[in-house]
Amino acid sequence: MRWRNGRASGPRFALAEATGLPIRLSRVAAAPGGVPVLSDIELVFTAGGRTVLLGPNGAGKSTLLRVLHGLVPPSAGRIAWGGAAIRPQGQAMVFQRPVMLRRSAAENVRYALDLAGIHGAEADARIDEALDEVGLRTLAARPARVLSGGEQQKLAFARVWALRPEVLFLDEPTASLDPAAARAVEQIVADIHARGTTIVMTTHNLVQAKRLADDVIFLHAGRVTERTPAQEFFAAPRSAEAAAFLEGERL
Amino acid sequence: MNTLTESLALAAGLVTHFDAHLVEIVVLSLRVSLTATFFSACLGLPIGAAIAVGRFAGRPALIVVLNAMMGLPPVVVGLVVYLMLSRAGPLGSFGLLFTPGAMVVAQTILITPIIAALTRQIVADAWAEYRELLTSLGAGTLRAAMTLLWDTRFSLATVLLAGFGRAIAEVGAVMIVGGNIAGVTRVMTTTIALETSKGDLPLALALGLVLIAIVLLLNALAQWTREWAKVRFG
Amino acid sequence: MNRRLFVALWLLVSALPVAAQEKFITVASTTSTEQSGLFGHLLPLFEKDTGIKVRVVALGTGQALDMARRGDADVAFVHDTAAEEKFIAEGFGVKRFPVMYNDFVLIGPKSDPARIAGGNDILAALRRIEAAQAPFASRGDKSGTHAAELRYWKDAGIDLDAKKGAWYRDTGSGMGPTLNTASSMNAYVLADRGTWLAFRNRGELTILVEGDKRLFNQYGVMLVNPAKHPHVKAAMGQQFIDWLVSPAGQQAIASYKIGGEQLFFPSR
Repeated sequence: MRWRNGRASGPRFALAEATGLPIRLSRVAAAPGGVPVLSDIELVFTAGGRTVLLGPNGAGKSTLLRVLHGLVPPSAGRIAWGGAAIRPQGQAMVFQRPVMLRRSAAENVRYALDLAGIHGAEADARIDEALDEVGLRTLAARPARVLSGGEQQKLAFARVWALRPEVLFLDEPTASLDPAAARAVEQIVADIHARGTTIVMTTHNLVQAKRLADDVIFLHAGRVTERTPAQEFFAAPRSAEAAAFLEGERL
Repeated sequence: MNTLTESLALAAGLVTHFDAHLVEIVVLSLRVSLTATFFSACLGLPIGAAIAVGRFAGRPALIVVLNAMMGLPPVVVGLVVYLMLSRAGPLGSFGLLFTPGAMVVAQTILITPIIAALTRQIVADAWAEYRELLTSLGAGTLRAAMTLLWDTRFSLATVLLAGFGRAIAEVGAVMIVGGNIAGVTRVMTTTIALETSKGDLPLALALGLVLIAIVLLLNALAQWTREWAKVRFG
Repeated sequence: MNRRLFVALWLLVSALPVAAQEKFITVASTTSTEQSGLFGHLLPLFEKDTGIKVRVVALGTGQALDMARRGDADVAFVHDTAAEEKFIAEGFGVKRFPVMYNDFVLIGPKSDPARIAGGNDILAALRRIEAAQAPFASRGDKSGTHAAELRYWKDAGIDLDAKKGAWYRDTGSGMGPTLNTASSMNAYVLADRGTWLAFRNRGELTILVEGDKRLFNQYGVMLVNPAKHPHVKAAMGQQFIDWLVSPAGQQAIASYKIGGEQLFFPSR
């Protein structure tokens, strides 16, 4: 919350190595586990945006996120992160269901920092800051696995907050949360974005999409049917599939 | 008197009188089997984790072999170790045959596959859960394997206990490589076998009851630790 | 907690080679000497006289001699004169010393279906057992007792290979387990007197035939040849043998009794 109004009042810092943008996909197809999910994807993600992937179940939203994050290799086509073919550092992802390591909340954050090469006093400072941001400071010593679902998802965000990623991928981050926790997570996402992190996320919550999106990519049956600025999309989607999808949501 | 009641009374007597002979045998049993479990853990945990996380040629075949090796016949292991450690064998010059060290070697060979195979299963299950997160955070294979071993430590403690249980209950291999020498390599199971040979069935059964009680006690302790850890660490 | 566990395990491991400095010899011997309790009686006396510990690995005579052939023992203490002489002839043993004897006894159920009780002719008794097809438990493990049993069948004119049927149970195990088997199925069995006297799980079994000169059971002791196996502790091994055949050792053997009954008789 501190970041929202007062960026200048906080400590100055650089986001993690800013080399992985833009992300460019050309004619990308993906078939994780041998099942074709995505085909013929042409997309570019540039710095600073908040992009929401929308589409019905099975459209390939989660797979696209994983391709962008380098978790699923393309089965065809090319993906380049800032011109490189290897996934850069400076990316992070929060999954729909948080995976907690069997250690304390603070140590979960430290683990992520350790892998990013951040140790010692710098790590301590970032852990405190991240737990503050998500409101888990008082639970720092609590084993992560005994936290509630909402707290665990917040801790997952603390993990990525501490990493200061250049790009953050979110896979339905509020899908299994109650409304209060969902609101809190949305606020954290807004704060992370306010620091300059590029956000790419999926959601089934259209209200949330409206609140968070700068632009919307609509997926249907593994293909992108349109990419439209958010306001425009929700007012009048260009593709028939998106129109039908929004219509269905209203019913 | 009926054998079972006689044995129970005998067992109770042995335990309450803290029979010095029995204590010596029990201590040796524990020492040998705990040491074997320690070495097997040093070998089996990394092997199991490597097979769970690693991607290499021949991996499926290795899993089949490993699972099959859980059923290694102790007598065969004992015989092979005997032939290796015998003065006429390739490792004879170490003079390990008929020492507790030889029994440790045999038990280690017996239970390493068990520990490795069960570790592989547990770590593979955890890997399925953690894989995306660890890859996302940029953990390499080695780091991932170490993280998974640490995070499954309570389940792995049960695995080690299973290995230890098999080691301390085993008689065929330690009889051959240890020789059941009184005061040197005589452990609980070989004592039981000997007393059975002598036809002293009540004493054999009483010793068996003591063995079962010890294993039970260790398991209860481990179970309790696990429960406590679950509350403590989730 | 984990670190403490690790330390505890480490202590265990490092404590292992504790017995390495001891003065000891390894003796390959037979189940009858071990299970009758003779060694439990003799060895402390020997250790007191000499400070040498004796580690006994108890096997059947055949296995014990094999173990000695491989160089895994310093001394062999067994009871199959023919096999012992072969062992010496092959050069694995230095010299054979007759050390003591006892006798075999033919054990059987009190019901005695082959009606052999009270006899003192082992060959006649075996013929009746075979004729009655009464259950007979054999060691079948190439032990000294097994070798003796096979010799008696042969001398009785019974070709076991042709005649053995369901009545002849080859247990393939030591004296104790074979007695356990005989006890549970009420079978006849040839046993050395020492093991029999020390045996507890007798059930219906009792001695039916004894006292035949042919049932004489001689024990011999031999040093494993250091020329074949240089690591053999020849000096201490010979010291053990010398002690066994010395008046002190012979008297120690004679003084071992179970229930007032002497189990082994000195050879000298």
